[in-house]
Amino acid sequence: MVAGKMKKAFALFWQGGDSTLPGYRLSLTVTLVWTGFFIILPLFALALRPWQNGFGMVLNELHDTRMFAALWTSFSSAVAAALLNIPLGLFLAWMLVRGHLPGRKMADALIDLPLAIPTAVSGITLATLYSPRGWLGAPLSKIGIDVAYTRTGIVLALMFVGLPFMVRTIEPVLKNLPHELEEAARLLGARPRQVIGRVLLAPLIPTVITGFGLAFARGMGEYGSVIFIAGNQPFKSEIAPLLIVVRLQEFDYSGATAIALILLLISFLSLIFVGAVRKKLSVWTSAS
Amino acid sequence: MSVVVENLIRCAPGSERILLSDVSLSVESGAFVALVGPSGAGKTTLLRAIAGLDKYDSGTVSLNGETLASIQERAGKVGFVFQSYALFPHMTVARNISFGLDVLSKAQRPSASEISARVQELLDLMQIPDLGKAYPSRLSGGQRQRVALARALATRPDVLLLDEPFGALDPIVRRAIRTWLRALHDQLGLTTILVTHDQEEALEVADRIVVMQHGRIVQNASPAQLDEAPETAFVMEFLGEAVSFKGVIQADTGLFIPDEAGVLPFATSCPAGPAEAMIRPFEIFPENAATGGKIALVRHGRRNGFLHYSAQLPERSVPVFFPVHTKHQSISDSCQGLNIAEARLFRNGQRIV
Repeated sequence: MVAGKMKKAFALFWQGGDSTLPGYRLSLTVTLVWTGFFIILPLFALALRPWQNGFGMVLNELHDTRMFAALWTSFSSAVAAALLNIPLGLFLAWMLVRGHLPGRKMADALIDLPLAIPTAVSGITLATLYSPRGWLGAPLSKIGIDVAYTRTGIVLALMFVGLPFMVRTIEPVLKNLPHELEEAARLLGARPRQVIGRVLLAPLIPTVITGFGLAFARGMGEYGSVIFIAGNQPFKSEIAPLLIVVRLQEFDYSGATAIALILLLISFLSLIFVGAVRKKLSVWTSAS
Repeated sequence: MSVVVENLIRCAPGSERILLSDVSLSVESGAFVALVGPSGAGKTTLLRAIAGLDKYDSGTVSLNGETLASIQERAGKVGFVFQSYALFPHMTVARNISFGLDVLSKAQRPSASEISARVQELLDLMQIPDLGKAYPSRLSGGQRQRVALARALATRPDVLLLDEPFGALDPIVRRAIRTWLRALHDQLGLTTILVTHDQEEALEVADRIVVMQHGRIVQNASPAQLDEAPETAFVMEFLGEAVSFKGVIQADTGLFIPDEAGVLPFATSCPAGPAEAMIRPFEIFPENAATGGKIALVRHGRRNGFLHYSAQLPERSVPVFFPVHTKHQSISDSCQGLNIAEARLFRNGQRIV
């Protein structure tokens, strides 16, 4: 009886019910295969792999202080970089949407560059620029600021790769905020500061949180652009993704996958957290 | 509170195109004025200039004799309702309405309980007493309109500026809201300036109609005056369907002789010369209606209390309307000629008297 019902429901699902979408079955197959084989299966493998060498091995790994130091470095740097990217992203998005500057198109294209160029290339570029003898590193170290081979360098690299996420998330929302909202606020007596805070920034908060989530997730897993500038000293400036590579080179597979699992967990939790906060703050949108 | 606009000139930024060309307008306290005209005539530009939203190149806008220079000086004194309503999407209806009070400096701001009392008072006035906690995205067009109006009125302005306020509403809501708006205007003793492209709406709701064309005011008159004595052929045409007949006013007889056959001459005191007679279809009267006349009358149906006919002149057919109640006095299917004695006469687009 129940099986019959399920069979019927499945048949209906497969036939697409009364959906008029052309190529429904093809789309459904592609979606299922894609999410199944390329997303869910690898995630399962990753979740199961650490336990294959025995429960004890994993527990052992969880006592590894070097791992926790690396995770903390990655986490704190990603949070700092994503936070710093908020004002930066707001300014850039603002200029792209409202500033009618010459070369705006050029700036628009340049913003996506960190996404397009190989991360190793940006890593080497940043390391060269900020190394103690580099163009920017030399004057900075003279006034006592060391960027390369410190936490500052990691944050800088993560800001570099995270910024496009912030700008590209904020930009379309800002574009859709009608100019009349500002005019209405001005006519109602709001001072410029109040217009910015209450009318422009307030409706952007959910978007900023999404941008923060994306930039943070990217920063947490970023490898190529960071390792050259970070110096990679264990317990100091070693990031978690690098430690995975180190563990693999030591043939410590369960150690590597344990770190991977924790990274996965953090990403997953941050997605849930961002989603929840966003939902709570955007009760006013028509969708909810 | 009276609004006086003097010699306002505005050019499109970065070009020579003139948006407002030496516009002067005086709106007395308590008046309900409608700015009408085709799109691009400068109605909204003038309204925005009065509100201080756009800079103008020269001229002054004054409120009760006080010249207003910046938008800050207008804050709270002038209520503005945007065509798109421009409600703050992330604030509840109540917060939207109280915005003008919330942004006041601490010294001027009423207490929280006074503000919420004022909000409730406005919600009641707008006949949406229960919507205070809702967000704008969940409201219908008519409700948004009322919220926008309540927000504009929260600071008790004396002047209310409305930019195409009924544009996005369906016809039934539109009719209801404009009658209600007029009542509200009278109740609160506001001075209201409304922009619309719908002349019927303007004629129904306003005391004075300001017709604009090409960035100038063509005529500023009461609805009755406008109907009786339109200043230009454009005004005549804009205010409703009009039929035009070319012809000549003869010096010796004082008669307007139409060029077209089948249209009857009529006496006028206007100076002689070529002229254009313009008349509304319901003012045309078929003379000597009978069967077998020279001009055939073809019936098209009825609308708005008029029976619609078209009179088949040799060159073209012109619309002729009869009030529905004349139908018992049987309208025949032809006539001897069209009597257009009610027509207004124009020369080079200007009315001649």
